[in-house]
Amino acid sequence: MLVVELDGKPTLDQLLPDVEVQHISASAALGEYLDTHGLSRVAKRLATSGIIDVVATASPGIDDIVVLGKIKQLERGGLYDLVLVDGPAAGHAITFLLSAKSLLATVRGGPIRTQASEVAEMLADPTRCQVVLVTLPETTPVNEAVETAYALEERIGVHLTPVVVNAVDVGALLPAEAAPEGSPMRAAAEFRNARRGMHAAERERLAGLLALPQLVLPLVAGSVLGAAAVDTLAAGWDCE
Amino acid sequence: MTAPTLDGLLGSAGVLVCCGSGGVGKTTTAAALGLEAARLGRRAVVVTIDPAKRLADALGVPGGLSNDPVQLPADGPGELWALMLDTATTFDGLVRANAADTEQAERILANRFYHNVAGSLSGTQEYMAAERLHALHADERFDLVIVDTPPTRNALDFLDAPGTLAKFINHPLFRLLMMPTRRGLRVLNVATQPILRTIGKVVGGDVLADAVAFFQAFSGMETGFRQRADEVIELLQSDTTRFVLVASPRADTIEEARFFAARLQGSDLSVSAVVVNRCTPQFGDPPTRRPRNADAALLYDNLREMRATARAERVHAAALLADPALPVDVHTTFVPTLPGDVHTMDALLQIRGLLFDTPA
Repeated sequence: MLVVELDGKPTLDQLLPDVEVQHISASAALGEYLDTHGLSRVAKRLATSGIIDVVATASPGIDDIVVLGKIKQLERGGLYDLVLVDGPAAGHAITFLLSAKSLLATVRGGPIRTQASEVAEMLADPTRCQVVLVTLPETTPVNEAVETAYALEERIGVHLTPVVVNAVDVGALLPAEAAPEGSPMRAAAEFRNARRGMHAAERERLAGLLALPQLVLPLVAGSVLGAAAVDTLAAGWDCE
Repeated sequence: MTAPTLDGLLGSAGVLVCCGSGGVGKTTTAAALGLEAARLGRRAVVVTIDPAKRLADALGVPGGLSNDPVQLPADGPGELWALMLDTATTFDGLVRANAADTEQAERILANRFYHNVAGSLSGTQEYMAAERLHALHADERFDLVIVDTPPTRNALDFLDAPGTLAKFINHPLFRLLMMPTRRGLRVLNVATQPILRTIGKVVGGDVLADAVAFFQAFSGMETGFRQRADEVIELLQSDTTRFVLVASPRADTIEEARFFAARLQGSDLSVSAVVVNRCTPQFGDPPTRRPRNADAALLYDNLREMRATARAERVHAAALLADPALPVDVHTTFVPTLPGDVHTMDALLQIRGLLFDTPA
């Protein structure tokens, strides 16, 4: 399998030492796109003169579509069983995935239209592409996940996998009254119980708002997210 | 000179920019800063660039926020306003303000290429954010603008956006497109320019025709735009604009915070204060020995686990504070995680109390 990172963070390379990670940037993807369309000589001229920015401006969404096009190419290439993309944050995810449909509406011909229609085809086919929503067991992230889910299904027609609820404090409630009132042990237990109660309530609210199964990732104690913690999380992958 | 405290910044800054990665409580911090500014007697407006509805949620604004500032209830002699940046509406306003006449403005606003640029182009959002910042700074209703940036690595692109636009306007291709054309010859003109023919091949001829029409309609407005961009750059680099770095004490978010600090340093700017949110609270020392009672032992283990987590968090935060991209002795506030969720005005007041030692 292949993991694709879009915003240049080195984090994934460190977390996944044994997995192939590829970084895709819009400008590199656009250059490659021009190359493969027999425009390599022009591509260089465009890049050196800065006109490449103007090209991107001339057709909004082109930077998103060349990135999605590159992902589609990796998916079609047959080298990987699974291509996993670390997508943009909630606010930008919809614009990003909507770029194919928007371009189909505005561009009437040419290679960009072909590209957009092939990407739209991939996004709409659940055997080729699905979207994993990741959220936290807190009010605002749950609200955002629900809104994003509806927008993705209604406006883009992409299939959603179970939703991942991250950093859930999964333990059972602690018997706080076993320590005297006002003691550090009692106060810490009450705090922990409040957090656990809130997480459970938010998961329940999410289930009520969004008819998708939930995958729970437990909170990793110690706040150090390293390769070992990722292994722990992967082992604890728990579907309800 | 000692580093300014958060109170000091709220008293002296004209613009406060909150930056940091996602999930660190940046929006909550921006909202709490706004509340405290109002308590201190300032007329503050909190602007969110993030299209997600976090600020509306945090402030408990029913129906969400719009592009026009709305006043919110706040205690104290000052005022608190909030708005969510609408890129397209802001761009429309800018076109209207700079157009020679209504006819020119309408021609631009009706252009399909313009719609795409104003509505969905990344980069336009950053530019409009900087533009709006400038407009709010100049607005007499407010004396402090607090900005909540989006949770992406590109969040600080608005520092460069006005400069990028100025460069774009000076581009030879732009000038080529602005050459006077006779009606009817426009398409021919496009087809005869090899470079335009190439661009047309890539993006499609009709899109290019729209673009050419847009640039021609834009003619005469570039001086106004460029001057405005220069003013925006000046404001961002002035002493009244200060940056608050928001982080949480986890290895990955600390790494991101250091990225932001370096990004600011790269633009000859610096972090004026650091807020570390979501710290595991500390409740004191456990008994010297693990209790024999099974229930009490569970509580003992919990307290020890939380202390270990808090210690690890301090180590991460220390790595940030020691980063050479941050000023030495930068004012830092640690805010503990609350037992409940922060999405009501009461919880927000509690956060303000933790940030400033004011009664919740």
